[in-house]
Amino acid sequence: MSLLVAQDLGIAFGGVVAVDGVSFSAAPGQVLSIIGPNGAGKTTLFNLVSGLYRARRGRVTLNGEDVTGAQPQVLAAKGLSRTFQNLQVFGRMTACENVMAGRHLRERRSLAADLFRLPAVRRQNRETRAAAEELLAFVRLGERGDTPAGALPYGALKRLEIARALAPEPKALLLDEPAAGCNAVETTEIDRLIRAVADRGVAVVLVEHDMKLVMKISDRILVLDGGRPLAEGTPAEVRANPDVIRAYLGPQHGREAAHA
Amino acid sequence: MQMRAVLASRFFSLFVLAAMIGLLPLAFPSGYYFRVAALVWISALAAIGLNILMGQAGQVSLGHAGFFGIGAYAVAIGPAHLGVPPWAALVLGAALSGILALVIGKPVLRLRGHYLAIATLGLGVLVAIVLTNESRWTGGPDGMPVQRLVLFGWRVAGAETWYWVSGAVLLLGTWLALNLTDTPTGRALRALHDSEVAARVVGIDVAAYKLRAFVIAAVYASVAGSLLALMNSFITPDQAGFLHSVELVTMVVVGGLGSVLGAIVGAAVLVTLPQLLTVFREYEHLVLGLLIMLFMIFLREGIVPSLRAIFAARLRTRAAG
Ligand SMILES: Nc1ncnc2c1ncn2[C@@H]1O[C@H](COP(=O)(O)OP(=O)(O)O)[C@@H](O)[C@H]1O
Ligand SMILES: [Mg+2]
Repeated sequence: MSLLVAQDLGIAFGGVVAVDGVSFSAAPGQVLSIIGPNGAGKTTLFNLVSGLYRARRGRVTLNGEDVTGAQPQVLAAKGLSRTFQNLQVFGRMTACENVMAGRHLRERRSLAADLFRLPAVRRQNRETRAAAEELLAFVRLGERGDTPAGALPYGALKRLEIARALAPEPKALLLDEPAAGCNAVETTEIDRLIRAVADRGVAVVLVEHDMKLVMKISDRILVLDGGRPLAEGTPAEVRANPDVIRAYLGPQHGREAAHA
Repeated sequence: MQMRAVLASRFFSLFVLAAMIGLLPLAFPSGYYFRVAALVWISALAAIGLNILMGQAGQVSLGHAGFFGIGAYAVAIGPAHLGVPPWAALVLGAALSGILALVIGKPVLRLRGHYLAIATLGLGVLVAIVLTNESRWTGGPDGMPVQRLVLFGWRVAGAETWYWVSGAVLLLGTWLALNLTDTPTGRALRALHDSEVAARVVGIDVAAYKLRAFVIAAVYASVAGSLLALMNSFITPDQAGFLHSVELVTMVVVGGLGSVLGAIVGAAVLVTLPQLLTVFREYEHLVLGLLIMLFMIFLREGIVPSLRAIFAARLRTRAAG
């Protein structure tokens, strides 16, 4: 049973067709990876699915409900969350506050109660903080909670984004190059995180360039090229697909990739 | 508790302010100082509200004196023309400002950066023009007198009385603003300030929260305007004018965007400096402008955040050494 389904999505910027007839479906507890060279349209696809861009064609359904064209905050309320390739942390807030902000939808919200800081608000604040600290510990940032996010190193920010994206307790999670710019140790860490998230029953859609990570962690892989779907299948199927080898790595690398 | 945590806590800020309001009069050589200090408290109230919009939510308003003017003229027009008692006129003015902010804010806050600045500037200019031109109600460019505030038979008059009244309202306004910071609303405002896309993706209704900040800021300015008009017993359209809007923005920025105490310090600087600079006579404004430039160059984060950072660095080196 698929949780998040994209059907025949398409968008163009001026003359450039960035995404052209792409479909995928993500199931709970599974990792679907989307790979393809730079400019293939992976981030644009995420922007379409998460409601930041309006698709020119196609449909998105979440939990069986048509959510095409819905605003990001509406999608968030229905259980969709994501991270960003180009970091979008709340730089002036502490690491803990970043994750607390991610709990927004899980909180009772009343301007009057907040202004007077009623006992219920204080109690809820403690709960939100506790939940955020648990997530920070999960991404191994437990010691950095009080550090302003703007002062954290790059690798930590990548994990902070994952913690914040998990804070609303999403059913589907889009991760845009979570391991980019991370060293080997950090990449292993992110591998562990993704697996753990999927094991909790979240449908994970992963965009990633690190092929070792992708091949190891994915249940299925979708390959994009020039905005179009090129191939889809299990890691073994995709690795053996001659079209993929040719387009993704260039014909001269074909043999090595086939054995990678 | 750690020294740094104490400095950052809202009780510390509130305590410092209460102590200042309580102890300052001991140092006043004459009654005139009560008046200047009351002016500081009233400006600070408006600045604190504007800081919620500018410092927390990161949205500029260059027309905020418009709401100040609405509050001021509400307590002038209400009792004079409509038979509403001054305190009720203050409440009605605040409600009117809030509703106007709600209605105008909806389309205007869709704009960003420079465009938002110009649109809010237009709003302020519009209010000032209406107040100037509707002279049958407002007395026109010459302004109009304001009836005294009477609360439960107590006639609120005199600089010293107004010092305490405005100080009490400022404490209340400060308490509310400090409360907001670490709540779902405060976090939503600060989040959308840093990244609107990320805020939307975690489910924050960015447009709705910007609008809330705008309404809050408008109500603060309106109450401040009412207090000033009631204290002065007179009001002119200048209070709603562009220069006053710029002054309010300057208070927030000089004091330190995002800092509640900063807004108060910024108001103190902007209100008292011109009084101190009268010794420069015709160069008064020149020196004032120069000083503001120097503040921005050397304390770019604003007075309070900069001093906090310096102090925190000191504490760290002392702990390390
Ligand atoms: N907002 C935009 N405006 C114009 N062109 C865009 C925009 N977003 C993406 N594109 C274009 O769409 C194509 C796909 O980009 P992107 O989705 O970022 O690729 P990927 O994430 O696979 O590297 C690129 O040619 C890019 O220039
Ligand atoms: Mg990309």
